Amino acid sequence: MSIETKKYNNLISISTELRKRIIKTSYEAKIPHIGSCLSCIELLVFLYWKELNIDPSNSEAINRDRFILSKGHGAPALFQVLGLKGFFPIERLNSFGKPGSVFHEHPPKPGYIPGIEAATGSLGHGFPMAVGMSLAKRINNLQYRTYSILSDGECNEGSIWEAAMFAGAQKLDDLTIFIDFNKWQATGRSKEVLALDPLKEKWQSFGWDVYEIDGHKFNQIDKSIELAKTNKNKPSAIIAHTIKGKGVSFMEDNNNWHYKTPNEEEFKKAFEELKN
Amino acid sequence: MRDAFANEIKRLSEANKNVVLLSGDIGNRMFDKYKSVSPERFFNCGIAEANMMSLASGMALCGLKPVIYTITPFTTTRCLEQIRIGVAYHNAPVVIVGTGSGLSYSELGPTHHSLEDIAILRAVPNINILTPSDKQELTTQLQEAISMNTPSYMRIGKKGEPDLFNESHNLGIGKANILKEGEEILIIGIGPILIEAIEAAKSLKNDGLNIGVASMGSIRPLDDDFLRKMISKKYKYWITLEEHGIVGGLGSTLIEWCSDKQLYDIKIKRLGVKNEFIHKLGNQSYTRNILGIDKKGIINTIKEL
Repeated sequence: MSIETKKYNNLISISTELRKRIIKTSYEAKIPHIGSCLSCIELLVFLYWKELNIDPSNSEAINRDRFILSKGHGAPALFQVLGLKGFFPIERLNSFGKPGSVFHEHPPKPGYIPGIEAATGSLGHGFPMAVGMSLAKRINNLQYRTYSILSDGECNEGSIWEAAMFAGAQKLDDLTIFIDFNKWQATGRSKEVLALDPLKEKWQSFGWDVYEIDGHKFNQIDKSIELAKTNKNKPSAIIAHTIKGKGVSFMEDNNNWHYKTPNEEEFKKAFEELKN
Repeated sequence: MRDAFANEIKRLSEANKNVVLLSGDIGNRMFDKYKSVSPERFFNCGIAEANMMSLASGMALCGLKPVIYTITPFTTTRCLEQIRIGVAYHNAPVVIVGTGSGLSYSELGPTHHSLEDIAILRAVPNINILTPSDKQELTTQLQEAISMNTPSYMRIGKKGEPDLFNESHNLGIGKANILKEGEEILIIGIGPILIEAIEAAKSLKNDGLNIGVASMGSIRPLDDDFLRKMISKKYKYWITLEEHGIVGGLGSTLIEWCSDKQLYDIKIKRLGVKNEFIHKLGNQSYTRNILGIDKKGIINTIKEL
């Protein structure tokens, strides 16, 4: 058993459980964006099970850490995370995708699902809101850190770079973001659609400390967050190299799974793979 | 009006430690006094309005009262999506102030004209739309907007606008006022352009016409009681006056109000800017004149009724 497996065994099991739940929901309720959900599972699991200072039973505590899923189409993953962590009775997720449910394709505004800090889905909004929350911490003299997960495709949006420059200028060192760099956006390779490369140097030149990691390895996520927390005078961007559709062989790096939902056969096959 | 804004926001920031002022890189020395009392709550967000708006939403969700200040097109249509999602959908108590509204920056051309802002923001739920006409009304509305737990958009002028109100007026958000009593014809306006209506009414007195003038004050909330009172006075005509396009502004609002209430006796004539961009540039008075929304234009409109 590798060190990664030993130390993070529990997190690995949770990640598998989440992948199963996401695929099941996608199959039953025809919820898309599976590929985008599967690429950020380890990031979400590490944040919610190891890092974020948020009490699920008191999810509005004033000094809680703030987390915004800026890539709002990853909501099917986030909802399962919040359910498993006990932010709300997990049975509530049985309504996922049903008419009248609050659980659909994107996070709604706060007040409908405990643990959701901001409505996202229109890309390029969540991250600047997280910057606002980080700045509010300083003004209000509170004790929390702010985290956000962005997608690489989302870095197309000008508002991302406006916010990046602002956070750099304000030296928001309590702000840590992940870029779920799965190399795809909705209809093409992210580095081909717009000139995204070199992503690391871009963020560095906007005044950020940047780390590059394998976004599916818990030890690397763990280490990069620890380093980010020691940063002074700069916000931190962790570029997480990930695989879209991670965990299911026929979904991995296949961009059809951005919109596609599994049929019965695909669902069974995916489940079988995840069991093993 | 902008000096009144700078003075009042400074005072409010001293009284309320949650007030945060965000500027879109304008007002060079305008906020020096503010910065001298609340430097830690002033941010020049640069020429990056999308971020400024979302930033404000995030801050408002953490209990602060962000007030955004920049030139009207840039704090409205430039970042409409950020207003719609970050501010309005979240019902985040952000106060968005647009300065130099309407044709205040007439000479600067269509990039700096704001003639669609009310129409567009009226279509977005949750945001109060405030249209103060002088510095006293601005001050009162700003105080109330800061104390509310919902978002507001306030369109203000630039500088040198005449005072229109006195102690007898009941100013505030959602409060309309009579500036001059009259008969048969009532001009209902918003913003500093109301001075043109007052001047026109004075002039028409010599022709034996007693024209009423009213200030609407806010587009949302709309002063329903006031409008009902005006209906009961049985004017033949309401003339709406605004330094804004005639599509979707005050005139449209009042026509919709009458239609929704099935009140069809009143005739409404809209005075505002035709739905086109302005190419012949000049100062604000010149442009009001060529568009027929100055004193002379109002007089002509009334004589042609």
